[in-house]
Amino acid sequence: MIKVEKRLETPKYLLILTPIVSVLVALMFSAILLLVTGEDAARAMNTIFGGSLINWQEVLVNSVTLMILSIGVAVAFKMVVWNIGAAGQMMIGMICAAGVALFAPIALRDSIFLIPIMAVAAVIGGGLWALISGGAKAIWNVNEVITSLLLNYVALYILQFLVFGPWKGVTSSGFPQTDPFPAAAKIPAIFETGRLHYGLFVALAIIIIFYFLLNKSRWGYEIRVIGEGRNVARYGGMSLSKNIIIAMFISGGLAGLAGAIHVSALEGRLSPHMNTDIGYTAIIVVWLSRLHPLVIGIVSVFMGALLFAETNLPAAGIPSEIAKLLQGSILFFVIAGDFFSRYKVKYVKE
Amino acid sequence: MNGLNIFQDLLASAVAMGTPILFTALGEIITEKSGVQNLGLEGMMYIGAITAFLSGLALTATGMPALTAMILVIIFAALAGSLIALLHAYVCLSLRANQIVSGLALAIFGTGLSYYLGKVFITDATAILNDRLTRFHFADGIDIPFVGQLLRAFLNQDLLVYLAYIMVFVVWFFIYKTQRGLNLRAIGENPGAADAVGVNVKLSRYIYVMIGGAFAGVGGSALIISASSVGQWGQGMIAGRGWIAIALVIFARWNPKLVIWGAYLFGIAMALESRAQIYGWFDNIFILKMIPYIVTILVLLVTFIFSKQKDIGEPESLSKPYDREER
Repeated sequence: MIKVEKRLETPKYLLILTPIVSVLVALMFSAILLLVTGEDAARAMNTIFGGSLINWQEVLVNSVTLMILSIGVAVAFKMVVWNIGAAGQMMIGMICAAGVALFAPIALRDSIFLIPIMAVAAVIGGGLWALISGGAKAIWNVNEVITSLLLNYVALYILQFLVFGPWKGVTSSGFPQTDPFPAAAKIPAIFETGRLHYGLFVALAIIIIFYFLLNKSRWGYEIRVIGEGRNVARYGGMSLSKNIIIAMFISGGLAGLAGAIHVSALEGRLSPHMNTDIGYTAIIVVWLSRLHPLVIGIVSVFMGALLFAETNLPAAGIPSEIAKLLQGSILFFVIAGDFFSRYKVKYVKE
Repeated sequence: MNGLNIFQDLLASAVAMGTPILFTALGEIITEKSGVQNLGLEGMMYIGAITAFLSGLALTATGMPALTAMILVIIFAALAGSLIALLHAYVCLSLRANQIVSGLALAIFGTGLSYYLGKVFITDATAILNDRLTRFHFADGIDIPFVGQLLRAFLNQDLLVYLAYIMVFVVWFFIYKTQRGLNLRAIGENPGAADAVGVNVKLSRYIYVMIGGAFAGVGGSALIISASSVGQWGQGMIAGRGWIAIALVIFARWNPKLVIWGAYLFGIAMALESRAQIYGWFDNIFILKMIPYIVTILVLLVTFIFSKQKDIGEPESLSKPYDREER
């Protein structure tokens, strides 16, 4: 008979192996689904991976956003605060950065301080937006999953309200978008051709900073303890609500920063185009990485490729929706696969 | 139009708009009463909606009577919802995964799967399901002012709205007045004790998760086949209703009799989007679209603030896995 036993300690190789196997199984599942529904699975996989290699800059452009968002999500998840609102916090960051770029005094709009101030505004905006959920959680224990998620919709409609209404540019020739930002607001591209920009180094710096903060600092230790058990933390004299508020502010602030970098480096203006599912993608990155900052960096590149595939697949005649489905199935297979790293399945003779 | 007629129109629209959320929230009450939280309602509603759209097109094309076809569509949507919920049940109950993450996975996966199916199987993107449910006019002859309008708002509706009224009673009766309902509450409050008196906790939880999925599937189908819908499939169409339903369960303190009023309250918030424009009250569409989400968040805040410390009526063992051997 088959017996399931809890492991006392998970071997290291399993911690690495289960996510990889889970991703492979999810890819197989998607391929089978493509075949069953009469699509060209080989061509789809070739487009996802081959296309990503050719367009590696576009992949990394997505990864920059994912790295920063995911680090933010990981900070909240570390202490078991479920921030599902990264997309909304990112949009508020985009709005705040755009507000500075468009409406700051002329002197500032031409100076090298413009980008840093856009970034600060975005961090504060995204952080405060996240604090609506975080504060309600800390003070009244309001379910943050629902509030942070629903705030995504509110943020999206604020963005649309602005670009269709008061912020609509005079030079936008009828399109719902703002006027272009001044030249000083643009984070430059790294290479002469391609869109990969210096935001990549910001993202890498954030990964390294948070690796040390989360794994080596007193604060990182505190939020880990809180994540493992609220009561233990309380006996240790740690303030739960203070830490929830700090973590949510940082989480939302990073998402806001990702938004600022996005509008500054890529769009150069505020427009209503937004992948509102990017918060979900960040959650998948975080879970695949087991909340480890350095691993988040690597997984963000992989997921960046999947996001790029979403835009690239239709050209190859494959429904782009398969990329979305693939993301969902990866998360499912990862949490299912975790069973084998937490439990031992043994065959016992009766 | 006079004030009373506007009142009737707004309320009737709110009842119709609240119905998909009502079904979904009722299902979640059953699931959560058994001690399992399923945050994947959004995904299950999408699966219900795409199932309803595809099966609706196929069935009405056969030429069978519209009502028969629609009843079959509702059954298919319920089956599809419960099948997709089975994933959550398996991952949480058999593989003992974190219920919150599994629920998120279900929301993402269900949405992705329905988008994919929609893309692959809907050849004509402008396809519309024309033969939908029709309204039964039970309250047409009543001419007493106010009372007539009130009754018409609730009783000139389609089959699904009436089914929702009935299900509120059925679910309440099941949970509070039957032996199985007592067992259901027991496995959500104290699974160890329920197990000790011979209730199969794991099997029961599987079943109640699937029943919850069936309700969410029907909730999603309502957005396609109800008389007030446009009968068209579209990405993004569930628009957070699954999450609003979760908030509604908390607001209603897991009580089916309260959930119906909550659903219609949210229905009003949603009905305002179109009605405020029609009646010229307010015309900024983006602000109108925000209202249901802001109302949900505010209602949730008020629920938590005014509930006595920590007791919001949540089942004692909600989202705690139960393992016989680990007791």
